[in-house]
Amino acid sequence: MAMVQPRSIRTRKLGAHLALLGFVSLVVFPLLLVISISFREGNFATGSLIPERFSLEHWALAFGIPWERADGTVVQPPFPVLLWLWNSIKVALASSLMILALSTTSAYAFARMRFAGKAPILKGMLIFQMFPAVLSLVALYALFDRLGQLVPWLGLNTHGALILASLGAVALHIWTIKGYFESIDGSLEEAAMVDGASTWQAFYHILLPLSVPILMVVFILAFIMSIMEYPMASVLLLDEDKLTLAVGAQQYLAEHNPRWGDFAAAAVLSGLPITLAFLLCQRWIAGGLTAGGVKG
Amino acid sequence: MFVTNASRGLPRHRSRAPAERYRRWAMRALTALLVLGTLWLVVAFQLRGQWMFSLLFLVLGASLAIVFGKRQLMSHRYIFPALAGMGVFVIFPLIYTIGISFSNYSSSNLLSEERVRAQFLGQTYQAEGQAFDFRLVRDGNRTRLYLEAEASGVAGEARQLVSRPLAQAVEGQPLAVEPTQATPSGEVLGIREVIANRELLEALSLVMPDGTELQMAGLRSFAPILPRFEANPDGSLTDLRDGTTLTPNQETGFFVTEQGERLTPGWPVAVGLDNYTKIFTDPDIRGPFLQIFVWTFVFAGLTVVFTLAVGFTLAALLQWDQLKGKAVYRTLLILPYAVPAFISILIFKGMFNQNHGEINLILENLFGISPDWFTDPAMARTMLLIVNTWLGYPYMLLLCMGLIQSVPNDLYEASAVDGGGPLTNMWRITLPLILKPLTPLLIAAFAFNFNNFVLIALLTGGKPDILGASTPAGTTDLLVSYTYRIAFQDAGQNFGLAAAIATLIFLLVVGLSWLNLRLSKVKV
Repeated sequence: MAMVQPRSIRTRKLGAHLALLGFVSLVVFPLLLVISISFREGNFATGSLIPERFSLEHWALAFGIPWERADGTVVQPPFPVLLWLWNSIKVALASSLMILALSTTSAYAFARMRFAGKAPILKGMLIFQMFPAVLSLVALYALFDRLGQLVPWLGLNTHGALILASLGAVALHIWTIKGYFESIDGSLEEAAMVDGASTWQAFYHILLPLSVPILMVVFILAFIMSIMEYPMASVLLLDEDKLTLAVGAQQYLAEHNPRWGDFAAAAVLSGLPITLAFLLCQRWIAGGLTAGGVKG
Repeated sequence: MFVTNASRGLPRHRSRAPAERYRRWAMRALTALLVLGTLWLVVAFQLRGQWMFSLLFLVLGASLAIVFGKRQLMSHRYIFPALAGMGVFVIFPLIYTIGISFSNYSSSNLLSEERVRAQFLGQTYQAEGQAFDFRLVRDGNRTRLYLEAEASGVAGEARQLVSRPLAQAVEGQPLAVEPTQATPSGEVLGIREVIANRELLEALSLVMPDGTELQMAGLRSFAPILPRFEANPDGSLTDLRDGTTLTPNQETGFFVTEQGERLTPGWPVAVGLDNYTKIFTDPDIRGPFLQIFVWTFVFAGLTVVFTLAVGFTLAALLQWDQLKGKAVYRTLLILPYAVPAFISILIFKGMFNQNHGEINLILENLFGISPDWFTDPAMARTMLLIVNTWLGYPYMLLLCMGLIQSVPNDLYEASAVDGGGPLTNMWRITLPLILKPLTPLLIAAFAFNFNNFVLIALLTGGKPDILGASTPAGTTDLLVSYTYRIAFQDAGQNFGLAAAIATLIFLLVVGLSWLNLRLSKVKV
């Protein structure tokens, strides 16, 4: 608490509030707009923020229920949104669980053990992580194309391929978890090992239960990253019923026939859970953001 | 920090607990199974001639066997799965990409040489001179084909042939024809019946006693189907139609006719530095490439500046003790970060729509202008920067808020005593103090936006396009989206050129992250 206060603090406070409110309204406007569009009749973007002609048509279609208009025509859902959402969740769950398993075990070794090649491996991982997946898409496409001829469930157009391909992105998570492990005192594990526990037992029974919070954060981060992943999914997945949401949502806004209302409903339906999850975990996520770069 | 007993070479503690023993054996069995699985992949890839992939899985399987077989490498067992993941899905693709960049791998040079050769050898042609006139002859309820050679052929060859009844034809199998001396008895059907049965006849292939296949060559004739090419021992192909030779050219990866004409499809061959020299010397590629290169730097740099400016200002405001409702502001302000990017980018795509988007509606009403956001290059770039600032400032806000908290409070006290206002505080105290720890994160943000593929792909797709470019290139394309379009969007998918650009980007990114590591002094 500042003890010495400058004058005219009231006007300054008012100014700050006004500036913040103005900025917040700029930020929130597009989001409110989309919610409003999703309840509007028709597939056009324009109109007032509060819908004049309220309609649940787009929401029914987003849930996959055919909608009967007032004039008796029945509209079929244009795209399987719920299926896409389910695909996204399936892929994200599997890949983030695997990422979590891989990065936790290696973070343990990096945080607690001394072994040959540790520093170069850690630094090398950070450097290779910066190489965007978009650029190696040709290679990944070729890899899964050939692999699919031998192992069908890992070929192109399968979710298995997408899940597996995401396993390359573990370096940041390893750094985050490693930072957390290092903040936990190692004496508990040492005591356990003195009493005859193996390395694995000390890790599994002592360290892991202590690290549940960071594991949750990494899981959620990996989950969100996987849901938002676009380039790999757009190249590896081909059929409409295999698409993830990030790839599928684009199809609403085709060049010539944008389905604004349908897109808005689908976007709110699928974006809301992710947004809420993110907001709930924002405190930890903010911590995780800086962990990789600043720590150490 | 410790070194595992196993890595020190100390003897194993032999557990008497059966559960632990079973677990140990289960681990061994699993390892053996995985090694066998990768070995199977190695052999299978090797048999298909895909040595790159065979080598990949050989390395994977061998390192798996070594790491899990040697007790001294106990610590490495923990990091092996993650390293294997990175190796297969980051490092291998990278090496593969660099490899492709020295080849002419593209949609016209896609298949292996053997496959191309097989494709040529599989080509057939209908020998016109040896055609047979045909008639449909119905005898009772059985319809047969009666064939009569058009030209006078070699003596001793069958001149007149008759087929088995058409009803006996099995789909996908040729119908046998036998030599005959006379016209078969029965009614000869007219051309109308032939036309009515045309589809059936076109699908039909007949086989002569000597094995030659015949197919319909017109409404009145059947002609033998002959292989068009014959392989020569020196690797060239002879065109049996006119006797010319096709020679395989290992420099370009195509079969070449005697006149020097290339025949597609070709196969990928090494072309050395061709792709790289093309980027730097071919004016139709160099021009767009340089333009995109500059724009990529401008875009990433301006994005970092704008997001930092907005994020830092907001963080400084939110850090003010006497401001009420900070938690609410904070939550609302990081909303753009919380909403999935693929949704918010598409929302903006609609809002910026030139004809019925909200933004032009508002601008039209207030100022009477409606900019061409998607067709004018400058406006499209402005739009990208606006949207990316909206998307990216919350990250900077979160970072700055964390860092501002670490600035000691008494500095502000001292400043207040000396009569310093909030602006002085911001410029002279807060910013200098947080800039140093922020620098590596800013570089990371720069590298991220340098490769911000999703924004470009979803918002503009790189359009409006650069005129006169020989590759698909847009005025709003970043290097990554440019690479993606060369590799995946154009009709002449040029993987080799795309890989060369990708390699250049990789070098840039490595430079950036090396700088980053140096600046942040990462301790491991």
